[in-house]
Amino acid sequence: MSGERGVIIAGAAETSAIGKLPDQSTLQLHIEAAVNAVADAGLKMRDIDGIATVTTPGPMQVAHALGITPAWMDGTAVGGTSFLLHVRHAAAAIRAGYASTILITHGESGRSRVGAGGGPARGASSIPGQFEAPYGTAGPTTAFTIPVLRYMKEYGLTHEQLAYVAVAQRKWAARNPRAMFRDLITVEDVLASRLVAYPFHLLECCLVTDGGGALIVTSADRAAQFPKPPVHVLGTGESMETPMISQMVDFTESQAFRLAGRAAFAEAHITTADVRHLMIYDAFAHLPIYGLEALGFTAKGEAGSFIADGNTEPGGRLPLNTNGGGLSYTHTGMYGMFAIQEGVRQIRGEAPAQVPDADISVILGNGGMFASSGVLVLGRQPR
Amino acid sequence: MSTPAPRTPAKAVPEPTPETQPFWDGCARGELLLQRCRECGTPYFYPRPICPSCGSTDVEWFRASGRATLYSYVINHRPARGFEADGPYAIAVVQLAEGPRMMTSITGVPNTPEDLVLDMELQVTFEQRGDISLPVFTVAGTAGEGATR
Repeated sequence: MSGERGVIIAGAAETSAIGKLPDQSTLQLHIEAAVNAVADAGLKMRDIDGIATVTTPGPMQVAHALGITPAWMDGTAVGGTSFLLHVRHAAAAIRAGYASTILITHGESGRSRVGAGGGPARGASSIPGQFEAPYGTAGPTTAFTIPVLRYMKEYGLTHEQLAYVAVAQRKWAARNPRAMFRDLITVEDVLASRLVAYPFHLLECCLVTDGGGALIVTSADRAAQFPKPPVHVLGTGESMETPMISQMVDFTESQAFRLAGRAAFAEAHITTADVRHLMIYDAFAHLPIYGLEALGFTAKGEAGSFIADGNTEPGGRLPLNTNGGGLSYTHTGMYGMFAIQEGVRQIRGEAPAQVPDADISVILGNGGMFASSGVLVLGRQPR
Repeated sequence: MSTPAPRTPAKAVPEPTPETQPFWDGCARGELLLQRCRECGTPYFYPRPICPSCGSTDVEWFRASGRATLYSYVINHRPARGFEADGPYAIAVVQLAEGPRMMTSITGVPNTPEDLVLDMELQVTFEQRGDISLPVFTVAGTAGEGATR
C-alpha cells in the first residue's frame, strides 16, 4: 500500500542470560531487556515515547523504573502472544502519530519466581473456577493438552509423530549455544520420558525458565538512523477463541491461529509460498502441528507427517522454530517475545542457526491455551 | 483462635455467582441444566445471560438429558491440589447430547487409555464436593446411571 507509513523493528535484544536466574527479579529482567534493546537500536532511553508490556509488573511500573514518561502505553495482557499484539498496536500508534519510538518489554521469572507477583485470577467464582478447576486442572499441562487425543483419532496422528516434533526442534537447538537443551534426542527418548498428562511426555512439554526480551518499534522512514538492518513489519493479525479449553469450537484446529494468520498474510500480501522462515509458539509438541495447518502450510491432518518427514528441521524446506523453541530453547511462561526475537535475528542474518535467504519470516503466537493469537509477518524489504 | 487444618488439602469447590446459581441449584436436585436461546433456539453452556450465537438476552433454562459422548481427555500425572491420592486421573471434555461441551471427570471406570475410548457413551451423575453437587460422567448403562445421587 503506497503512501501508508511503513513500520520497522529497529532494536531487539534478549536479556544477557536466560535460563535459571535466581538473582534477578521480574522487574530487573524487564530493565535489562529494555537497556539491551535500546542499545541495539543505538538510542538513549529518553528517546522512547511509548511503552507496551503485560502485567506483572505492567507498563506503568516498567516505564517508571526506566525513567520514561510515555505519551502512549499499552498493557494488553492476553497470554504469551501479547508481545505480538503489542507490535501490532505499536504499528497502529506510530501510523496515527501517537508515538514515534515504542519500547516493548518482556521479563519473567518463570522458573525462579523472583518478584513474579500472582498469576491470572482464577478464583473459585470465576467461570474457569466453577467449570474447569473442580475437575483437577492445574495449569497448562493439564488442559492445553486435552485436544490432541481428538486430533489423533480424527486424523491418525501417531504418538511417534507427536514425539518427533520435539526431536526436530532439538536439532535446531543443538546449533544454538543459548539453548537450554542441546543434546540430540530420538523418538524413543521422548516416549521413554515420564508421562506428564497422557498422551504427553515430559519432552513434549516446554521448559520453564527465567529471562526477558525487548523490541524498539518505529517508522520505516527512520531506518537509516539505526546501526542494524531494518526489520519491516509487513503484516499483523490478532484474534481469539475461548478462555476455556473445553469451549474450543473444534478440538482439531485453532480458530485464533487461523484468523490471526489470515489477517497478517492479507495485510502483507503474501502466501505460504513466500515464507522462508517460521516460528510457531510451542508450549507443547502439538502446537506446531496446529499452527502449520491453521496457516495453510499443510492440509488438515498432514502436519504431523510433514514434520516427521524432515521438512521443518535443518536442511528442510520450511525452517521452523530455529532457536529450538519453547521445547528446547527457553520458555519463561510468556514465550512470544522469544519467537519474535528469533524472527528478527533471522531477517537480520544474525541467528546462531541462520537460514539462507530468510527474507520473509512469519511468527505465530499463542496466548493462554488456544485462547488468543497474534501473527507477525516480518521482512527484509518494505512491502 | 484457629481452625484445625484438614489433613489433606481440599479439591477445588465451585463458588456459584448469580448467573450460574440456577445451574448449581439444578445439580443439587440431580438435574443437569443448560440454557437455550428463545429467539434462535441454540442450546449452550457455560451459564450466561446472553445467547453466544445470536446475542439475544431472551434465554431460558431447561433440563438436559444427561447423555453425552467422550470427546477428548488427558490422564493427568501431576495432580492438582486435593487430587494427590487419586492416582493418575482423567480430565475429560464430553459432548452433551444437546450439543454443548463441558469439562468433567469420568467415574466408575479405570482412568486408563484402554478403558477410556473416544466417543463412548456416558451419562451424568453427581458427586458431592463441599456444599456443591458436581456433575461428573460415568459409562452409560452402568450402575448409577441417571440423575441419581
